[in-house]
Amino acid sequence: MEYASNEQKDKYKEFILQFLDKFKAGIGLLAMVIVMSFLSDRFLTLPNMLNIFRQVSIMGIMAVGMTMVILAQGIDLSVGSILALSGAVTAGMMAGDTSMVLSVLIGLAVGTGLGLFNGLMISKAKLPDFIVTLAMMSIARGLVLVYTGGRPISGFDPAFRTIGGGRVGMVPIPVIIFAVILVIGYLVLNKTTFGRYIYAVGGNQQAARLAGINTDSIKIKVYAISGFLSAVSGVILTSRLNSAQPTAGVAYELDVIAMVVLGGTSLVGGKGTIGGTLIGALIIGVLNNSLNLLGVASFYQEVAKGLVILVAVLLDSLQHRD
Amino acid sequence: MANKLLEMKNISKSFPGVQALSEVDFNVDKGEVHALVGENGAGKSTLMKVLTGIHPDYEKGKIFYKGEEVRFKSPAEAQAAGLAIIHQELELIPELTVAENVFLGREPGRGWINKRKLKADTKKIFDKMGIEININKKIKNLTIGKQQMVEIAKAISQDAEIIAMDEPTSSLSQQEVRILFDLIKDLKAEGIGIIYISHHLEEIFEICDRVTVLRDGYKVKEQAVADTDRDEIVRQMVGRDVEDRFPDFKIDEGKPIFEVKNLSVPGLISDVSFEVKKGEIFGLAGLMGSGRSEIARAIYGLYKKRSGDIYLEGRKLNIKSPGDAIDNGVYYLTENRKDEGLIPELSVGENMSLSILEQLTFVRGVISKRKEKNLVKDFISKLDVRTPGPWQLIKNLSGGNQQKVILGRVLSTDPKLIIMDEPTRGIDVGAKHEIYKLMEELAAEGVTIIFISSELPEILNLTSRVGVIYNGRLQGIIDGSEVTQEKIMNLATGGS
Repeated sequence: MEYASNEQKDKYKEFILQFLDKFKAGIGLLAMVIVMSFLSDRFLTLPNMLNIFRQVSIMGIMAVGMTMVILAQGIDLSVGSILALSGAVTAGMMAGDTSMVLSVLIGLAVGTGLGLFNGLMISKAKLPDFIVTLAMMSIARGLVLVYTGGRPISGFDPAFRTIGGGRVGMVPIPVIIFAVILVIGYLVLNKTTFGRYIYAVGGNQQAARLAGINTDSIKIKVYAISGFLSAVSGVILTSRLNSAQPTAGVAYELDVIAMVVLGGTSLVGGKGTIGGTLIGALIIGVLNNSLNLLGVASFYQEVAKGLVILVAVLLDSLQHRD
Repeated sequence: MANKLLEMKNISKSFPGVQALSEVDFNVDKGEVHALVGENGAGKSTLMKVLTGIHPDYEKGKIFYKGEEVRFKSPAEAQAAGLAIIHQELELIPELTVAENVFLGREPGRGWINKRKLKADTKKIFDKMGIEININKKIKNLTIGKQQMVEIAKAISQDAEIIAMDEPTSSLSQQEVRILFDLIKDLKAEGIGIIYISHHLEEIFEICDRVTVLRDGYKVKEQAVADTDRDEIVRQMVGRDVEDRFPDFKIDEGKPIFEVKNLSVPGLISDVSFEVKKGEIFGLAGLMGSGRSEIARAIYGLYKKRSGDIYLEGRKLNIKSPGDAIDNGVYYLTENRKDEGLIPELSVGENMSLSILEQLTFVRGVISKRKEKNLVKDFISKLDVRTPGPWQLIKNLSGGNQQKVILGRVLSTDPKLIIMDEPTRGIDVGAKHEIYKLMEELAAEGVTIIFISSELPEILNLTSRVGVIYNGRLQGIIDGSEVTQEKIMNLATGGS
């Protein structure tokens, strides 16, 4: 019998298919980079590459949290507002002469707390995630306006500016923070029981529950992480702008979700990777950067971004059609 | 030949890495019920999908329908030609009424639906079928049996000449099965050809004219039902002799290890009390909806409003969630493998280790891939799970092998009590037998099993005692030496 060799062949075939499936976003990104390097001399230079990474780092950090939320079959629309409120609270504390470290910690706590609240409403009160986080988007944005009186807060310790503006060697600090969070996100999803449970809950919540997993706790934690990472981004953004803007992060949720989806994470949950999200973030980054370099007006850039998302999702759906 | 309705000749179809069908012939005459049997993965569903246009890209073979060669490109095209398929999972819209479902997409009237005609036409069909049903009821408020009748009505309303039924009785009560069979006889008399797919071989002898057996994508044999018997078909299906279909058991005369006292859940079960001995297989029988599964789910901590006490090894258990139950050595194997058992996008290994993951770590929370791999390898070989490897996604396995993976998940926690809810539902004969054997081995090792099943022969042959549930109450417990199908049915229908 050639049974064994067939099995081997199946394994290779499966492997190649999975490989293509896994890396199609990466192949798309590579194609964009190659095309752009011909279209613009300034594109494929180290400063421009670092620039792209710096530009995507703030949303990319949020996208790591969003990846976990979406993997657990949720959605978080409140990330942009939480970013703004955490940034504003941090700024307000510092402006009120609280120490920098304590101010940042309080800002992070606010974001985490709001995420936790999202998670509790969704898992314990059993409200739809879309509605809860939509409400939180409005609540947190409202609180920002109340807290700041609608005006930017500025005037901090110069040391604070290094978080968003500093560099280690050539590498901007936000990029380093993004990299660290990516690695932690990867390890959590791939090496820990919590990560496995996220996939299980997103893949089939009821099955996960019957297998003894505390599904509520997993959901609460994921939203708390998303809130925390939004707050991290809020602190970085405030530092980079050297002020907390009441309108910071408006509509960020869309780009953040786009990064996750472009990276191949399934909106129905249970399927996706952090590596994919990095690629997704870079696709958005390269796209914005390219359109700028090519001198495309910003209004058209929005259209282009939307089209790229549509095409990516369309390709994915065509591939998985029977 | 004049009465040949359908001829499928030499059909071959492959998927990446799998030859699903190899030169299979299958045909249906007018007014004939032709059974299609085989283990899961034998190719029955693929053959139906080829026929009804879901897989129009078969590599080889021809299909003749009413003497003309056809190759349907979509289910809609097949349907329009008069080929209806009733899937195991019904495809009705729960929020619409019976009438609206029957004529879905073909409503009378232009733009505006002519409701009066819709209802009249629907009523005509059900009258013809001799089925009593409220056509204004929403589908979600009907029993599964009635829903199936609606599917059949839909097929009739489309003037179907061939109706394929995939496991039509798998969730019907015995009474509903009778109604279905009467209906099939009527359809036959009208010259409609029926393709009948089932794991219940008794049904085939009762209702079918011919039977075709598939194995591993090949047609093993086509024969008149009158010329064969159950044992022969089983042999053809599995390709070997299955000696005793049910192993024998000795009743263990040990002490009660598990005790339920006055278990109630408002609206579902009331005042259920029983005890089970160590190493005993205790049966729970009852009709669909009687509350059998609800008792299991109440024990497993799935209902908030539960009253009553549960004792294991003399210790009172306070189970508030499945996690608590598992920690206390109680595991519930769900009857809804697909909805509540599998995590489709995870691998065989990841599905198997899910309940024990906290113990497969280096430090708290960090998985040791080595420990996980060892555990999974053990259970794959112990349970003889047929998979190319632990990395395979569970959704790609056959039903029987999926069930073995979930059983591996159960056994990995080393439970003292396992509640198995329809563990053999929708799986093939060979795998069924393996599960029976596994239950016997577990019981011999001292694991206590509560076995819920709708198949009375299973219950009769495997259990030492049977508790029968009726209307959420424990109607009676029958001792193994005295148990008969009649006694169970009597209690299950409210007798005493």
